[in-house]
Amino acid sequence: MTLRVKTGNQLNVTERFLARVAELKSRFPEGKQKSALLTILHELQNDNNDWLSIEAMDKVAELLNIKPIEVYEVVSFYTMYNQQPVAKYMFEFCHTGCCMTRGVEDLMDYTCQKLGVKPGETTSDGLFSVKGVECLGACGYAPMLQLGDFYHEFLTPEKMDALIEDCRAGKVELISQV
Amino acid sequence: MGKKILLEHVNVPNIHTYEVYRSKGGYDSVEKALKMAPNDIVEEVKKSGLRGRGGAGFPTGMKWSFIDKKSGRPRHLVCNADESEPGTFKDRYLMEKLPHLLVEGMITSSIALEAHLSYIYIRGEYMWVYRILERAINEAYANGWLGKNIKGSGYDLDLHVTCGAGAYICGEETALIESLEGKRGNPRIKPPFPAVVGLYGNPTVVNNVETIMDIPWIVMNGGDEFAKIGIGKSTGTKLISASGNIKNPGVYEIELGITVEEFVMSDEWCGGMQTDRPLKACVPGGSSVPILPANLLFKTAKDETRLMTYESMADGGFATGSMIGSGGFIVYDDRQCIVRNTWNFSRFYHHESCGQCSPCREGTGWLEKVTWRLEHGYGNMEDIDLLWDIQRKIEGNTICPLGDAAAWPVAAAIRHFRHEFEYHVRYPEKVKDRKHFEAEPWEKVKHLMELLYLPILLDLVVLAQFCIMLFLNYKQKLCLFMF
Repeated sequence: MTLRVKTGNQLNVTERFLARVAELKSRFPEGKQKSALLTILHELQNDNNDWLSIEAMDKVAELLNIKPIEVYEVVSFYTMYNQQPVAKYMFEFCHTGCCMTRGVEDLMDYTCQKLGVKPGETTSDGLFSVKGVECLGACGYAPMLQLGDFYHEFLTPEKMDALIEDCRAGKVELISQV
Repeated sequence: MGKKILLEHVNVPNIHTYEVYRSKGGYDSVEKALKMAPNDIVEEVKKSGLRGRGGAGFPTGMKWSFIDKKSGRPRHLVCNADESEPGTFKDRYLMEKLPHLLVEGMITSSIALEAHLSYIYIRGEYMWVYRILERAINEAYANGWLGKNIKGSGYDLDLHVTCGAGAYICGEETALIESLEGKRGNPRIKPPFPAVVGLYGNPTVVNNVETIMDIPWIVMNGGDEFAKIGIGKSTGTKLISASGNIKNPGVYEIELGITVEEFVMSDEWCGGMQTDRPLKACVPGGSSVPILPANLLFKTAKDETRLMTYESMADGGFATGSMIGSGGFIVYDDRQCIVRNTWNFSRFYHHESCGQCSPCREGTGWLEKVTWRLEHGYGNMEDIDLLWDIQRKIEGNTICPLGDAAAWPVAAAIRHFRHEFEYHVRYPEKVKDRKHFEAEPWEKVKHLMELLYLPILLDLVVLAQFCIMLFLNYKQKLCLFMF
C-alpha cells in the first residue's frame, strides 16, 4: 500500500506539455477526453523526474475535467507509473521466460554487486536502481533491460559496465523525442 | 525461401519513411479499397481464410461480419498492439520496421468496416515505437491518406495512436477497450461482444497488428491467392518469434505448413540448438500455451509429422498437443529446469492478474507460491497434486482468458514433466542452486567414478613394480613372472 503525501514541491508544467495535452485531447470524440489520460500521465511523468506526486495527479484531473480518484485508480493499476521518487537511471531487467533462460539472473547479480545494491534498492547517490520486471517483449534479444524509453539488448557484463559508465558520464538518452 | 507477404520489403533502406514506402507500392490497396464496396472487402477477407494472429486464431472475415452496421451508430476499428505475451515480439519488429504498412492496413480495414475513427493501442513500454507510429500517421495525414475526403472519395477517417502503461491484461480485447477509455484495464463480461457494444458503447472490432498488416496484400491480390498459401484452414504466412536456446533467435515469416523440425533445425530459420545440448522442450505459441516435450514436438502422438499449422499444432488436444497461439516459439535445452520455468510463468501471471475474479486473483498467487516452494526444494509430493487442483479450479471460471492462460502451462508441465517435480521433492539439496540442471549430467555419472578407483589403483601398483624392476635390471623371465 502506497501512502500518498503532498510533497509541496513545485510541479513542472511546461508550455510544451500543455500544448501536447490539447493535442492529445483532440484525438478523442467530444466528451471522451478521459481516453487521453494514460498518455498524458506518461508525458507529465517524463517532465517530473519520472514519478507522479499527488499534485501531479490532481493537475491531470483538472486538465481533463475528471475527478481525482479517476486518476488515482489508473495510476495505481498500471505498473509504469511511479508513485514515489525513483533513481535517475532505473535498470529494469526483464526476468520472465526467455530472459531467464538466457541468464538475466546472473547479469542482475553482477549489476547489483557492481552498484552495491539489492534488487529494488537505489544507490546512495540516487543515480541507479536495479529492478526485475515482467516480460518486455524482447525475448529474442535476451537478456535485456529497459532504461527510460529505450531497450538495451543482448547484454553481457562488459556491455553492462559500459552502460553504467555512459550513465555516469550523462551520455545516455532516456526519453524518446516527440 | 518461402513466400513473404509482410516482410517482403523489410530490408529496403528507409522503408519506414513515407517516400520509400510509397515507391514500393505502398498505399495502393487504399486506392483499390476506396473503389470497392465495403462488403466486398469483407468477402475477400472471408475467402482468404485469414485467422486472427493474436493467439485465438478466430477467422478475421467472420469477426468483421459480426459488426453491427444496422444500428447506425459510429463504428471503430482498434488495433491491438499491446503485445506482452512472454515469447512473442513480432509486432514490435513489424511496427518498428514497417509503420506505414500498419497505417495502410488500418485505413483499408476501416474502409471495409465503414469506420470513421480508428485507434492503435500500443503498450507503454514500446514508447519509441509509439513515436515512430505517430510520425507515420502524421505523414499519412500530410499526404492525404487520412482526414476528410480521402483522395477525393468522400470517405473520412481519423486514425490515432494511444498507449498503455504496462499491463498484460490490456491485451485482452475488452480490457484494451476499457484502457483506451482511460480506465483500469478490467475485462468486461461478454456478451455483449465488442462487435455490438465496444469502445464508447459503439460497435468495435479489435484486431492484432499482424492481422491488420495482412489486409493490404489480400485486397491487392485477392482472397483466393492468400488461401493458396498454407495448408487447409491455416492459410497465408505467419510471423514466428523464435527465442530461447537456439542459434538464431529472431522474427521469421513462415508459410503455414512447414514442418516443425525444419523450422527448428534449418539454417534458414532457427539454425538448430544454441550449444550441443539436446532439445528438451518447447513452448510453441507464447507462454500461455501448453509446453511440449521433445518427443511430441516433431511428431504428434499418432506418429505423424507435426507441422506449423493451427490444426497440426493442436493435434492431440492438450493431452499431447499445444497451440500455435501468437507464435512465440520458445525452445529449451536440457540445462533448463521445467519447474523453474513454470514458477517463472506463474509469477508473471500472478503479477499481471487484474484482480477482478477471485479464482484468478487468488489462484495465480497460490500457483506462484507452490511452484516457488517446489523449485526451491521446500515442496512435498502433495504439492504437485495441489497445483493440479488449483489450476483445475481457475480454468474456465474467470471473465477473461487470463485465468486459463495461467492454468494451462502449469497443467502441461505436470502432465509431461511430473518426474521433474518429483525430483525436486526427492532431492531438495540438489535444487538449491538455481543452475541445478546445468551441472546435472556430470552429477548423474559421478558415482560411477568410484567404481574406477580400484582398477586405477591396482594399475598404478603394477606400473610401479615394473619400473622398479627395470631400474634394478632384473632378468626378463623374472619380470614376466611378476606379472
